[in-house]
Amino acid sequence: MGVSLTRAAQWTPASSGTGKLESTPMNESLLKEILRFVEQFGSQHPQEAEHVFEEPLRWSTTLEASDFKTDYDISDADVQSHEKDSEGRPLLQLSPPTVYVRSFSQLSKLVHLADDKNLEEVRACLEENRDPVVKILGPSFAVILENEGANTDVLSLVGKVKEQGEDMEVKVKLFLLLQNMDNQLLSKCLKEISERVRLDPTAVKTEVELLKRFCSEGEKRLLKLVRYTSDYEFSNGCHAPPWRQARGEICYLVIEPCDTETLYITCSTAGVFLNGGEEEESGYERTSDTYKDLVTLLKSRSPHFAENANKQDFAAQELPSTQKIQHVESVDAEEQGQPQRSYEQQEKNVHEKARQQHTPNKAGGEKKYEPCPRWKNLGIMTLISHHYSKAEEKKPAKSSGEEKSGLNALLSAFCLCSKTPAGAAPVDAFSESSSESEEEEEQPERRPESNTDLPSEYWQIQKLVKYLKGGDQTATVLTLCAMMDFNLMQETCQLAIRDVGGLEVLINLLDTDEVKCKIGSLKILRKISHNVQIRRAIVDMGGLQSIVKILDSPVKDLKALAAETVANVARFRRARRTVRQYGGIKKLVKLLHCVPNLASLTANQAKDVEVARCGALALWSCSKSTKNKGAIRKAGGVPLLGRLLKSPHENMLIPVVGTLQECASEESYRIAIQNEGMIKDLVKNLSSDNDELQMHCASAIFKCAQDKQTRDLVREYKGLQPLVSLLSKANNKQLLAAATGAIWKCSISMENVAKFQEYKALETLVRLLTNQPEEVLVNVVGALGEFAQIPANKATIRKCGGIKSLVDLLTGTNQALLVNVTKAVGAFSLSSRLDGVRLVWSLLKNPSADVQSSAAWALCPCIQNAKDAGEMVRSLVGGLELIVNLLKSTNNEVLASICAAIAKIAKDKENLAVLTDHGVVPLLAKLTNTTDDRLRRHLAEAIGHCCIWGSNRASFGDAGAVAPLVRYLKSKDKAVHQSTAMALYQLSKDPNNCITMHGKGVVKPLIHIMGSDDETLQEAAAGCVRNIRLLALANRKAQLFY
Amino acid sequence: MSAMNRKLIQTLVETISKQVEHFNKTEIECLIREFNVLVGESSIPGRAAHGLDRGRFRSILHNIFGMTDDMIMDGVCRMDGMSVLLRGTLDEKIKYCFHVFDLNGDNYISREEMFHLLKNSLIRQPTDEDPDEGIKDLVEITLKKMDHDHDGRLSFADFERAVKEENLLLEAFGNCLPDTTSIERFEQHVFREQPDQ
Repeated sequence: MGVSLTRAAQWTPASSGTGKLESTPMNESLLKEILRFVEQFGSQHPQEAEHVFEEPLRWSTTLEASDFKTDYDISDADVQSHEKDSEGRPLLQLSPPTVYVRSFSQLSKLVHLADDKNLEEVRACLEENRDPVVKILGPSFAVILENEGANTDVLSLVGKVKEQGEDMEVKVKLFLLLQNMDNQLLSKCLKEISERVRLDPTAVKTEVELLKRFCSEGEKRLLKLVRYTSDYEFSNGCHAPPWRQARGEICYLVIEPCDTETLYITCSTAGVFLNGGEEEESGYERTSDTYKDLVTLLKSRSPHFAENANKQDFAAQELPSTQKIQHVESVDAEEQGQPQRSYEQQEKNVHEKARQQHTPNKAGGEKKYEPCPRWKNLGIMTLISHHYSKAEEKKPAKSSGEEKSGLNALLSAFCLCSKTPAGAAPVDAFSESSSESEEEEEQPERRPESNTDLPSEYWQIQKLVKYLKGGDQTATVLTLCAMMDFNLMQETCQLAIRDVGGLEVLINLLDTDEVKCKIGSLKILRKISHNVQIRRAIVDMGGLQSIVKILDSPVKDLKALAAETVANVARFRRARRTVRQYGGIKKLVKLLHCVPNLASLTANQAKDVEVARCGALALWSCSKSTKNKGAIRKAGGVPLLGRLLKSPHENMLIPVVGTLQECASEESYRIAIQNEGMIKDLVKNLSSDNDELQMHCASAIFKCAQDKQTRDLVREYKGLQPLVSLLSKANNKQLLAAATGAIWKCSISMENVAKFQEYKALETLVRLLTNQPEEVLVNVVGALGEFAQIPANKATIRKCGGIKSLVDLLTGTNQALLVNVTKAVGAFSLSSRLDGVRLVWSLLKNPSADVQSSAAWALCPCIQNAKDAGEMVRSLVGGLELIVNLLKSTNNEVLASICAAIAKIAKDKENLAVLTDHGVVPLLAKLTNTTDDRLRRHLAEAIGHCCIWGSNRASFGDAGAVAPLVRYLKSKDKAVHQSTAMALYQLSKDPNNCITMHGKGVVKPLIHIMGSDDETLQEAAAGCVRNIRLLALANRKAQLFY
Repeated sequence: MSAMNRKLIQTLVETISKQVEHFNKTEIECLIREFNVLVGESSIPGRAAHGLDRGRFRSILHNIFGMTDDMIMDGVCRMDGMSVLLRGTLDEKIKYCFHVFDLNGDNYISREEMFHLLKNSLIRQPTDEDPDEGIKDLVEITLKKMDHDHDGRLSFADFERAVKEENLLLEAFGNCLPDTTSIERFEQHVFREQPDQ
């Protein structure tokens, strides 16, 4: 009772302590409910009814002494009940105008006595006892409840209560009864909301949208046309002119059903009805009964609609209610600003629509019954959705008519979207990322507004589809052949086939046994599946499954056609998944078996080759999904692809190499490609005349050349020269990107760089630094970075003006590019160009960790080699603070690079002082516990250099940096030993540090290190031991002499 | 089977193999044997090639090739007919099909012939006013597609060209060739399973 009273009931704003219940219909029904509850309480729960309230409920009544009969002591105006509580107080006491009641039994008696005024009594009681539950059960009980929190677990409550005595048991029962009542009240309120709401513009709009969908679905077509008489929409969502809006009319529709005459319909807030048609005078007259919504009206007018609406399109709405709740919750989340990315685009559109409907509702001045926002917090949204889904399950056909309140519109919008297949699986749990950059966007459908201006092809195709449906196989084949004569690559024809229901027929044909029909159907499907929408429609209709089934047919023509169609259809993720799930990958791999490289093929073998080619095409499409790559490998596709790679035919090679380069993003494939000896063929095809083939080969090499052996193989097979010559094809940017990528990766091996120098690749690359798209630039700069490892090349790059172009590129935003540019720039030590240093330094602010670290690495040589490095660093305002702050990064690579930079910066005393002021010491000390050797090395170096300033040595000791450093000596990395020994040497100049080091057993490893070949290392280790030793001696002396 | 019989078959094989190119001798022998079995007259030598009566042959074609009645022609009674059915090249098949469809043998497939061939190919819908309208329309569509010289009928040249463009049109007016699976089954049955005697 508590919740419904405080939340659901509508109180007048209470300026004084007691508010009044508004006399709204909702409150009316609430009161009635409570009244009935109280009336029946005495008879239904006699034990609980006898329970005496902690505090009496007190209110001013209209009852008088004369109203009371037996069982009461009546003296003048005052009345007392015979029944008394344990302390002798009467359970009911009336001293006009106030009445005190102490039990439910008395309450229900009173209510009976009040007779026709009982409602007023209940109202007054509730108004004056705003918290009846507390009064009935007592504040102590309320405290227990509060302690338990909102989600009271009844069992634990009972357990708690039992400790407090028997009396409480009744209280608990009473409490549960009240709570039960509370729930009933709430659900009653909700029903109230849903029943009372009237039509509003958004609901009408949603419904019209829904109906419009039925106009153009071919066989499922329920209506011919749905349109507004006027397309102009006023800001409040109405289409009716303002002077008619005043009468509650929202819009006027013209609907042409399939079986009866055109209907002219008025939608008003009171409902929908037929009007006098489009004549000026009688146009607005009502000529029929009023229906509660469009669907109901249409059902009564058009038998065809009534019959089909039930079985077809509304059927999908009978979904498990849980799914709907999910949807509701997701809206909730989205309203709070968390877009749900995992939903498919299509569904998102619906979200959007739903939201749009929601907002004007809130803004609109009309009276609406929306749950107040507090309800949401209470989790009542879930309750509501339960309620609605129940209602909809009971009468699915009518559900779309119930969309009246904003909330309801929302819900039904989700019903709509759950009808689309995308919605049937709302959360796409499949993670297929990788190379899906070419993933096609779901495009919103463009439909002609009406079918007045349809091209003649449309009608011809419609006729052919009719023959397809009604013909035997001979007629079917003839019709299919006739259909092939249309320009099937043209969108109008493609969509016409779909819109007249031809797609279903074509897909159905695939499941027959008629080879010729299947061939004909596939010949059409493979063409029209170039269209995005057709592709989706094919998958939605389950056509892809049938096509996959055909892939192992014994008829070669069929196999080839089916594979070609799969290649077209599997351009988007869901389709690729379907292919995999129905075993398509295995079948496709099987198609690859053929004898590809015989010079003279028999007709039969030629067919095999064609089948293999189509199979490769399909695999190429499918290989854009990570899981499919794995499936291809498991099905044994790699060696087969390797064999096909030796084919002399370009049209075979392109899909094969395309698949390989797509798959080469997986390491297992790279290894396989190397082991199967495919590099040789890839290199060979670099010299083909076909740009596309060259591009795929280059990009396969690009992906594979991360591996050293592959790089060597490319060189062995003389692949470097063709790669360089590809650079001249500056017009084909994709090819250029692939070629430069391959050059970049190949140049990681210095032997390859030497070869590239022979072919004058460097000069060409530097020229490519300007006016190229980013994907080319990334690779070019990456390659330059590798080339610049050789001093001679640096000079060449300088000479060709590469530095300026590189510095210019520092201003870009592409992170991959920035990483490469900073790497390349780092090789040059930009000491001569302050602007370059400044730009690199500012890249430390870039959010990408990769960019940060590569920028920091690039800074190291700049600072090291600059003539007046200290001055240069100081000139960068805020630079040192930035660097110190980056020590808070969590990325080890960033940390290592920053430590390296700090080590360089700290060589300048003044800068070191600034660094110290920014708190570099504790930050470095905090990092010492790392186990990453790369970080350890640079961290130790930084610590070593930072020791030089002031009391930093002692500060490091205090911050606990010494002990971890000693552990670094156990590392296997020589470089770590070196920098650690240096750092320890510096630290050991502080006596306390010496003690710590000694305690941690530093001497033994240091002595070991002294035996190293590296002189600096020897020196540092020895110096450190010396310091420890000196301290010990000093101690000794002190003990001896003082 | 007697030695006499075998000798006769051998000579028959020799003669036939000169006329028919798609089968080798063993295959021809197998076919003759199968034929004899089917006819059940293997004891009467010399009549094998002519002894099959129509009814029996029709039922064979029904059973093995799944052919319909009106497609069965006299021409297939010969071994080279068999050869076309089982191993025919596209050209041979075109020729054969054209003759099948040319009902009156005037070397043209006329509108009327097409109509006759296609008349049962569409399901009559009760709503249609003229039940033949669809078929007439279909004939027109087909003519438009196949009649390259626009004389309102299909000559052999028309037919050949159309089929070469689109192989599906080979059996444009009705099924008259066995499909690949039937061929395979038949060949397996005759050539492999025939016990060597």
